[in-house]
Amino acid sequence: MDFELSDEQKLLKDSVERFVKDNYATEARAKLADTELGFSRDHWKKMAELGWLGLPFAEEVGGFGGTAVETMIMMESMGRGLVLEPFLATVILGGGLVAEAGSAEQIEAIIPELIEGKMMLAFAYAEPQSRFDLNNVATTASKSGDGYVLNGHKAVVYHGTTADKIIVSARTSGDALDTDGISLFLVDNDAEGVSRRDYRTIDGQRAADIMLENVKVGADALLGAEGKAYPAIEKVASRAIAALCAEAVGAMQTANEITNEYMKQRKQFGVPIGKFQVLQHRMVDMYMEAEQSKSMSDMVAMKLDLGDELDARKAVSAAKAQVGNAAKFIGQQSIQLHGGMGMTDEYSIGHYFKRLTTIEMLFGNTDYHFKKFAALSS
Amino acid sequence: MDLSFSADDLAFRDEVRDFLATALPKDVKDRFERGLHPTKEGQVRWHKILNEKGWVAPNWPKEYGGTGWTISQKYIAAHEFGQASAPQAMPFGVGMVAPVIYTFGTQAQKDKYLPRILNSDDWWCQGYSEPGSGSDLASLQTKAVRDGDHYIVNGQKIWTSFAQHADMIFCLVRTDSSVKAQEGISFLLIDMKTPGISIKPIYGLDKENSLNEVFFDDVRVPVENRIGEENKGWTYAKFLLGNERTGIARVARSKRQVVRLREISRVERSGAGTLAEDPDFIAKLARIEVDLMALEYTELRMLSMIANGKTLSAEPSLLKIKGTEIQQRLTELMVETLGMYGAPYEPERAYAGRNDGPAGPDYAHGPMADHLYLRAATIYGGSNEIQRNIVSKMVLGL
Repeated sequence: MDFELSDEQKLLKDSVERFVKDNYATEARAKLADTELGFSRDHWKKMAELGWLGLPFAEEVGGFGGTAVETMIMMESMGRGLVLEPFLATVILGGGLVAEAGSAEQIEAIIPELIEGKMMLAFAYAEPQSRFDLNNVATTASKSGDGYVLNGHKAVVYHGTTADKIIVSARTSGDALDTDGISLFLVDNDAEGVSRRDYRTIDGQRAADIMLENVKVGADALLGAEGKAYPAIEKVASRAIAALCAEAVGAMQTANEITNEYMKQRKQFGVPIGKFQVLQHRMVDMYMEAEQSKSMSDMVAMKLDLGDELDARKAVSAAKAQVGNAAKFIGQQSIQLHGGMGMTDEYSIGHYFKRLTTIEMLFGNTDYHFKKFAALSS
Repeated sequence: MDLSFSADDLAFRDEVRDFLATALPKDVKDRFERGLHPTKEGQVRWHKILNEKGWVAPNWPKEYGGTGWTISQKYIAAHEFGQASAPQAMPFGVGMVAPVIYTFGTQAQKDKYLPRILNSDDWWCQGYSEPGSGSDLASLQTKAVRDGDHYIVNGQKIWTSFAQHADMIFCLVRTDSSVKAQEGISFLLIDMKTPGISIKPIYGLDKENSLNEVFFDDVRVPVENRIGEENKGWTYAKFLLGNERTGIARVARSKRQVVRLREISRVERSGAGTLAEDPDFIAKLARIEVDLMALEYTELRMLSMIANGKTLSAEPSLLKIKGTEIQQRLTELMVETLGMYGAPYEPERAYAGRNDGPAGPDYAHGPMADHLYLRAATIYGGSNEIQRNIVSKMVLGL
């Protein structure tokens, strides 16, 4: 048992923190979020050069063999600056699925390009009726000659707007909620029959609802065995949840720092408002929630690396539930303690609140994961 | 960062498990599991068994009789003790006064007291709170006036846990009234058999006598029983409270309570099914369990920081706040599981005289006593509100 970062991990943390400090001042981020793309291709190139895009992948596929702990370190630091580049969508989700389920040829065709920053991916798992259930897949893929024809509606695909390829979950057999019968397909974003409704999300990112109308793909588009994709989806979703927990921890710690500082500056009744006990205790509760979340985020990263599957799934749901609760509490109370200032779009704190609010929803909200945790524990 | 256990750790886990399976007396286990106060005889008997094994003081430095365990070993031992419902040593000697003695005491004090604490030859109690000094501890008024080689102590302490069992009391006393409150306090070790000390029991919400008032009437205490310097007692007192906060989270016992709750919920009915199938019960338990898991890893992170040479200020107050809140939520839920059998209640004096067992199921004996007593958990050791004040000042700089 060891809770300390290695020297290499400390260097990684320093490096990501420096990137955030240099590129993600409040104003710079606001400008970037307002561009059409919603992030910076230069930043993405820089991330590739620094080796970050290859970190979670095994050395055999050209990665650097990082563990969930390295992902946690990067995401936590990126959370501090609310980084907009699609690291989660492309590297953790898209790349993660290819590395987990893909054939040698698919891995060879995609991962090296992804690591170099030349290929972006997105994962289209949700559907209008699926809510948080990854197995609720109504999109169909029917055999047609050597390939498949896809039909369906994929909802709120983060970075589906800019990804070169979309990984689509579709049903090749079974009933609506069966875990068996789900397959994954690599679909070019500009393929015939793909249409998108692009939009902005409240956290400054980009997403799309994607319609698939008789989209023809070849047999080589199938990622993994037909009908057997669910375990890979669940595994990659677990890693994404751990990554989101870490991002939330960075965002919560920073929101707390900003709020704490404001409480020392802002004067009312002739004294800094931080002198009022009722506000002090609120701030302490926010501090405690961030610390508890940090513990869960570290724990879940380590448990994913440990390889005990049931234990890891319990840890994932427990962490998401704890972090979700804390994210709501800290986000909302940060606004409250700022008073009117917290309500302005110009000031930084609201952006933390908004990202924390979406993290709470992504891959299952707090209630969803409490239920899941309880079911796994009984 | 790595959560895995080495082969040595796993062997150690087996050793702890085997030891507890054979060495832990059934009566001691039963009382602890139910949440009843220990008997003096039972606790001392168990303590001496632990001392023979060398496992009384995991947190002491090895040179004074500590176990020298790694963080992994401490974690494993705490977890196994919890799951076996094995009590640790009483906190007043091992966890509270001993670290003060080996950190600030003279060689003679270390030689005299530490071995006796390890072997539970002395039962210690804590003389901090006074009728007028609770959260504002530094306002304490019990006076110690120098008279040659002695102090003459006059005053009163209150909420003194198990004073009726105690051989020794560590006491905060006022040795200078002319300076700022914190600067006129000294830390004395007092033999409870000294003439002039009297004890009056306080019966608690649980109708048991764990709390007491202790009166000092011209009590003569040798100057050699003072820890460190005169009027520097506040420093030692705060050091002790800081240590107390880390041990107070009681994560391992709470983990065992979760297991017990789940067991009982499979027996108790709710509608057509069992409580274990009741969505409200399931949701409550899941929320407690997740908070407890977060606390467990927060404690480990803090232990790891300390082991790696980082100095913490008031961060451990978090452990006290969260740990005690969880304990209370668990006992509340435990009482809830009993349904109507939460209501029958006989204090142990009455219960001991009966021969027809508890009213209701066997597991109904204990939870209410625990629930009532643990209302104190968010009050003792510095109330949770005071802990928030401390974190606000020391950690957040407000």
